[in-house]
Amino acid sequence: MISKEEVKKIAGLARIDVSEDQLEKYQTELSAILDFVGQLSKAETSGVEPIRQITGLESISRKDEDKNLIDQSIGQELVSQSPENRDGYVEVPEIMKAK
Amino acid sequence: MDLKNLTIKKARELLDKGEISAVELASQYLGAIDSKNKELNAFLSINPERALSEAREADKRIKNNQAGVLTGIPLAIKDNILVKGDKCTAGSKILENFTAPYNATVIERLYRDGAVLLGKTNLDEYAMGSSTENSAYGPTKNPHDTSRVPGGTSGGSACAVAADMCLGALGTDTGGSIRQPASFCGVSGLKPTYGAVSRFGAVAQGSSLDQIGPIAKTVEDTALLFEIISGNDPLDSTTVPNNTRPASDPLELNINDLRIGIPKEYFETKGLNSEVGDMVKKAINWFESQGAKIKEISLPHTEYSLPAYYIIQPAECSANLARYDGMRYGKRVDGADLLSTYSKSRGKYLGLETQRRIMIGTYTLSSGYYDAYYSKAQKVRTLIKKDFMESFEDVDVIMSPTSPTTAFKFGEKTKNPLEMYAADIFTVTANLAGVCGLSVNCGKINGLPVGLQILGPWFGENILFKVGDFYEKNN
Repeated sequence: MISKEEVKKIAGLARIDVSEDQLEKYQTELSAILDFVGQLSKAETSGVEPIRQITGLESISRKDEDKNLIDQSIGQELVSQSPENRDGYVEVPEIMKAK
Repeated sequence: MDLKNLTIKKARELLDKGEISAVELASQYLGAIDSKNKELNAFLSINPERALSEAREADKRIKNNQAGVLTGIPLAIKDNILVKGDKCTAGSKILENFTAPYNATVIERLYRDGAVLLGKTNLDEYAMGSSTENSAYGPTKNPHDTSRVPGGTSGGSACAVAADMCLGALGTDTGGSIRQPASFCGVSGLKPTYGAVSRFGAVAQGSSLDQIGPIAKTVEDTALLFEIISGNDPLDSTTVPNNTRPASDPLELNINDLRIGIPKEYFETKGLNSEVGDMVKKAINWFESQGAKIKEISLPHTEYSLPAYYIIQPAECSANLARYDGMRYGKRVDGADLLSTYSKSRGKYLGLETQRRIMIGTYTLSSGYYDAYYSKAQKVRTLIKKDFMESFEDVDVIMSPTSPTTAFKFGEKTKNPLEMYAADIFTVTANLAGVCGLSVNCGKINGLPVGLQILGPWFGENILFKVGDFYEKNN
């Protein structure tokens, strides 16, 4: 069973605000899920390489040229749908405070 | 017009002979949606004006003898695939007002062929779940019994096809999300080989597992849709070039040469409902009576597939869903500082299952746990892939139930996440190994459909279509 403190830490890393009642519920649920997936420790995997890409494709490259595959104005449409934006940029809360 | 027995194949003939127009056909389906959707909640949005204008274009093409396979065919699209100008919610509150600024590659391909798009279908939030109960817009109902789930996450698409609200649909399948709802709703659904269909324009979730695929009433229709949407795409570098075998291979299926593998671990699974198991065995016995060779096989790492899946998928989704931070999309809840603005926005607008998966993924990827969880799961994935590689040396296809049960009741599995996860036991292996899988209806138990899952080797979709079509037409 993971502790409430651990759930709080995970929620913090995941940037999810969790209320006190939810914390208890998540503690039970996440513990059960982690126990379940923890069964994997029984699997014998010495000398086995992990899958990196299932079809085995590697380093797909193309010439570095503008192929205009999608219309560049799409970017502006995306930006205009963000919660706050100005002059074609996404506007975010202040990150660094001036001295 | 009898929509119940109409298929894409038959509609194509009627359209080409001029016995019905694309506008009439689209109007019929829009009418069906109008009368049924209130109860079933299969569609989250419909776009009648655009559908009718596409239908008028289709009629022109047909008149000029320039019709493609799907010209004038009314289809539905899962709401995690971008259709330019339409809302794309992914079943989430965060994307409630998000309008797609471009088309997914699969949509471009459907349009190129002249398809008519009716609207967008319901799903579990960000395509995570097995019942469509995780949608922020209410669950979809199973048209065979409205007290039961349609399966998930492509529950809206499967329901829309089964309830004659469209002729075919697209879904996405990360761990069974096309095959299981197809099974529960009594229709046909394909999870293509990883890399067969472009994911460009699909809302990313488990990127190494996700595939877009078709749902339709018959295997033949499913194959028609697959042929249009599949193929290499410069906008998705994981699509495999020149590797998709044509679905309409002219060679006839020689049933006497067909070798069917029966994975003993699947039939020994504890949660398998015995009536479902018997019905699937009956279908397999039918193939044997037709001359196919049945061979018991072993996929020895089956017991690890569900734990491996529920490490890899949450890990990938925790990274993919980091973009829903209250800055770039949808809604923001202002906090005292930047960090609390992120956390409050995500805490308020992400659903419970989405939060659970993100937290599991965050935990397994965090410092000190990566090797024990994610890296271990990717090693087990290698072993699961090897199980399939070895099996496909001896057999052409593998058959099993699609789901261990028929459609369950609303609320039956929502209290315990692990019970819901167990519904994916027979489907997650195909996503982990990257192989293709088809669900075909093989009967009903107490009025509820049962799905036969046919798994094929990498890029072996044509084999699945031949085998599934042979069953549907001759059984």
